[in-house]
Amino acid sequence: MNSAAIDDRLAGLLREQSGRLVMRLSRTFGDFALAEDAVQAAVVEALVAWRRDGLPPNPTGWLTVAARRNALDALRRTSRLSALPDGFSPVVGPVEHTFGDATDDRIALLFACCHPALALEARIALTLRAVTGLTTAQVARAFLVNEATLAQRIVRAKRKIVTAGIALEVPEPHARPARLADVRTVIYACYNEAYVSTTGTHDRVLGADALWLAELIAHAFPDDPENWGLAALLATQHARSASRFSPAGDLVPLRDQDRSRWDAALLARGRDHLDRAAALRSPGPLQLQAAIAAVHGEATSFGQTDWAQIVRLYDLLGIIDASPIVRLNGAVALAEYLPDQTKLALARLDQLAPALSAYHPYHAARAELLRRLGRPDEAEQADRTALALTTNDAERRLLRSRLRRHPMDED
Amino acid sequence: MKYVLMFAADPAAQASVDPQKAKDVYAAVYRWFGENSASITDSGAELLGPDTATTVRSGGVVVDGPFSEAKEVIGGFSVIDVPDLDAALGLARSWPMLELPGVSVEVRPMVVDYSQFE
Repeated sequence: MNSAAIDDRLAGLLREQSGRLVMRLSRTFGDFALAEDAVQAAVVEALVAWRRDGLPPNPTGWLTVAARRNALDALRRTSRLSALPDGFSPVVGPVEHTFGDATDDRIALLFACCHPALALEARIALTLRAVTGLTTAQVARAFLVNEATLAQRIVRAKRKIVTAGIALEVPEPHARPARLADVRTVIYACYNEAYVSTTGTHDRVLGADALWLAELIAHAFPDDPENWGLAALLATQHARSASRFSPAGDLVPLRDQDRSRWDAALLARGRDHLDRAAALRSPGPLQLQAAIAAVHGEATSFGQTDWAQIVRLYDLLGIIDASPIVRLNGAVALAEYLPDQTKLALARLDQLAPALSAYHPYHAARAELLRRLGRPDEAEQADRTALALTTNDAERRLLRSRLRRHPMDED
Repeated sequence: MKYVLMFAADPAAQASVDPQKAKDVYAAVYRWFGENSASITDSGAELLGPDTATTVRSGGVVVDGPFSEAKEVIGGFSVIDVPDLDAALGLARSWPMLELPGVSVEVRPMVVDYSQFE
């Protein structure tokens, strides 16, 4: 196995085991924060040992033993072992939960980590660490934040879960739809962040983790069509991940992507998820976004894209979600569908200026339309504005190369 | 778990409320205390306005006004005892005054285990 294949295998193992182990130890020791720390330390040890010595015969057993030992060590260090009987009072459900035919209490952990009483960035970090077994260092690298700051944020979030009484339980049925939407928000945000910051240089592919989480909740709550919508969206987007960056780490726009590198199996999985959503006959914004992604996924070339379909889907999406970003993408799709309507598309973009003036893709899209309308000076200015607003390296390089390619060449 | 619900409001936003509407909401507040009596361990107190507040600061300095200059002022509090944060948030969400503009409810867990301070 090459190192990427080993990393994938380790990621898969840790993803399957971490959350379960956190919950099991939370019950055993009656202390969620301690259990999560113990599992995190075991994950860090496992990555070192397994990369060095290869996988042990029983990786799950190895992790369990390491995590239990870490928990006991920590208890001894703080000499809380003697105080155990009164000391622990986290709200942990007494039994494992059963979903469909699987018993799985990672769902309970996921709900707690995605609780809206926690700050969004803490929810994302804690979910990736506690539920999917990323290390703090991996999360910090993926989100381009300082590791110590991130660790502090996680400590604070865990403390709040325990002290504010956020239950490590699956919410009651009446509260579940809203809480599931909160979970989806976190998974979506994980993917979004990963989408722009993944340069293929680190050892854990966040997009795969987000997809795994989306499929976990879709299988646990298969009657919620938006769960399948999210799973479909992430599968379809992730299928294109190999073609989104050049070997040098530069962002490749959809138009220029090598479609032979798209993952056909993942695209098919996305379509299956979308079919399951459609069978529930209750459209929602994630399902529509997934449908748009699926139309792109089906096109054999950029020129073959069914823009009519995409414009229609954006119109439908705009009815449910009239957010400026949806309207921005809809206007861009319109310009692709009907090139002679580029002026109208630009007018629609200009209406969004008050809402999107700090959003760099808005200026990048405007630049593109201005260029097509033969207004290169304004286009260049819009590209410069976009560049000034972009913090992500790969995106900055894309915008810079565009500025280099078009210095007044339309004159 | 025990939580304190702190009921806050922005007096400026309150001023625009129709008197009949305010009356209806007050009636709903009385009903709310009755309906949730099983979860409310101490109905707490309703406070007079911030213009009646006097604050004592470090060193014993006495000053006119409430301790924070925030737009929202605390108008009262109650102590509840419910299984977890979701239950507390559910109760807070049902607070009838939330129908009025500028109202909010802060939910804070109460210290019940003093061993952590020993």
